[in-house]
Amino acid sequence: MDQIKGSSDNMEVVTAERMTPKKKQTKSLHPFSVLVKILVYLSAIITVSVLVFIIAYILIMGVSNITPELFEWKYTPENVSMMPAIINTLTMTALTLLMAVPIGIFSAIYLVEYAKRGSKLVKIIRLTTETLSGIPSIVFGLFGFLAFVVAAGWGYSLLAGAITLAIMVLPLIIRTTEEALLAVPDTYREGSFGLGAGKLRTIFKIIVPSAMPGILSGVILSIGRISGETAALIFTAGTSAGVTTGLFRTSRTLAVHMYCLLSEGLYTRQAYATAVVLLIMVILINALSSILAKKLAKK
Amino acid sequence: MSKTSEVLMKFVFMICACVSIAAVALICVFMFANGVPAMSEIGFTEFLLGDKWRPSSDLYGIFPMIIGSIYVTAGAIIIGVPIGLLCAVFLAYYCPSKLYSIVKPAVELLAGIPSIVYGFFGLMVIVPFIKDNIARGNFIHLGGSGKGVLTASILLGIMILPTIISTVEPNLRAVPKMYYEGSLALGATKERSVFCTIVPAAKSGVMAGVVLWIGRAIGETMAVIIVAGNQPVIPEKITSGVRTLTANIVLEMAYASDLHKDALIATAVVLFVFILIINTCFSLLKRSES
Repeated sequence: MDQIKGSSDNMEVVTAERMTPKKKQTKSLHPFSVLVKILVYLSAIITVSVLVFIIAYILIMGVSNITPELFEWKYTPENVSMMPAIINTLTMTALTLLMAVPIGIFSAIYLVEYAKRGSKLVKIIRLTTETLSGIPSIVFGLFGFLAFVVAAGWGYSLLAGAITLAIMVLPLIIRTTEEALLAVPDTYREGSFGLGAGKLRTIFKIIVPSAMPGILSGVILSIGRISGETAALIFTAGTSAGVTTGLFRTSRTLAVHMYCLLSEGLYTRQAYATAVVLLIMVILINALSSILAKKLAKK
Repeated sequence: MSKTSEVLMKFVFMICACVSIAAVALICVFMFANGVPAMSEIGFTEFLLGDKWRPSSDLYGIFPMIIGSIYVTAGAIIIGVPIGLLCAVFLAYYCPSKLYSIVKPAVELLAGIPSIVYGFFGLMVIVPFIKDNIARGNFIHLGGSGKGVLTASILLGIMILPTIISTVEPNLRAVPKMYYEGSLALGATKERSVFCTIVPAAKSGVMAGVVLWIGRAIGETMAVIIVAGNQPVIPEKITSGVRTLTANIVLEMAYASDLHKDALIATAVVLFVFILIINTCFSLLKRSES
């Protein structure tokens, strides 16, 4: 019977099967069905336990390696402090969002509120955002290297890294904002127009505020991507340790910091500690994003 | 707000929407302008089909890396797809709603873990496991250091799981409920109904997702570098070290110069073209679906 509990949404079937309990039993013992059922449950268990294992492993092995000297303000080869990298991650994230969020939200507003459906421009925009979201981060990294580090002559710099990352998270922000805007009921728009508001006022006073949780959850997801990104940053923002002092100075974020620790091969303990910090950051970001998404769903 | 600001803002919105077009155009221009000359200098066939990568003696053949990328991606698909598909079926048809609110966020979290953390996990857990049990085990003795095709495939298989689940699950849910009910009413078991009516009906959507998974797996860099061993030769066994296209770029870019550097950019161009082809397939499949 527990099979049927799984599909709780179908009353007719439940009653129909209840009337013939005997037949049902022979069916559920069909070897193929039983095997498939076991496999389905097994793969769900594998997926969840892999996650639990990764998190548990890194937390258990890592927490004991977290020492106060890892959080000293200044990086030296002796203390291998990750504090500068954390600060760099924050500045990198802020700068990236400063560029990507307005452009992303405005693009989505254009796509949802202004563009005619099926127009050629919209088709091209959709094609390019899809292409952008499929490009591997290392290709973004090399592009940033060629365009900003070499061609623009900025060298390895915070700005080069941030622009590269902004292009990278743009499709994510556009897509989530689009979904959030589309979820706003048309009655809101009609009501606003009916009261005499212009299109612009309707968008900024009515539609964007009510789509805010969805937009924010997209922004938060992109924070997650920015803070975990490595490949796109190694050749744009550089790898030298220390707090960034300007837009055109190198900036080593936490994920890049971890890569450097691993590739030097001497700092396994510190790498564990960095992994813990990264992981906790990601868990918090995900939790925040899903809370916001739930808030949107409730509306 | 005045009429002029209305028009002005519409223009601003449009410009912003065109940023992604400009970005793709710029990426294409920069990649091809830097990569293609290097390719023609090395020779297209020598570059793509040459099996020796020795920058010190001016031999730039990326064939081992292409094969490496294909091996690792295929391995990841073989490991990830069955688990991902079945897990999506679980989420769509078996999972009680209470459990769903735990499993679904777990899958999302799996997608959020940075690849460098995955790589580290692979290095600390999967590499020793493969080394002790398969590469130099008592029963299976395939050789190798534990870093190789198999290790990278397992890790990548785990990493593409959330992508697979999140593309398959909505497609399964989109199949009209009556297919399932009809099948149950005809006396089929639940499993039979799901796998013989729902899954075939969702097939075209799922197929469109496949290219997405391949793109994820082939483009992954940091995790693969850490666990793949990175020898630029065609791997002979599943435990031999392997270097992917992405790894090749990151490993040598830091100290490369002149033609070597351009060859690495050309490697990225090859990867980029791979992805473009995959994306085109994706949109074609999507179009034929609708």
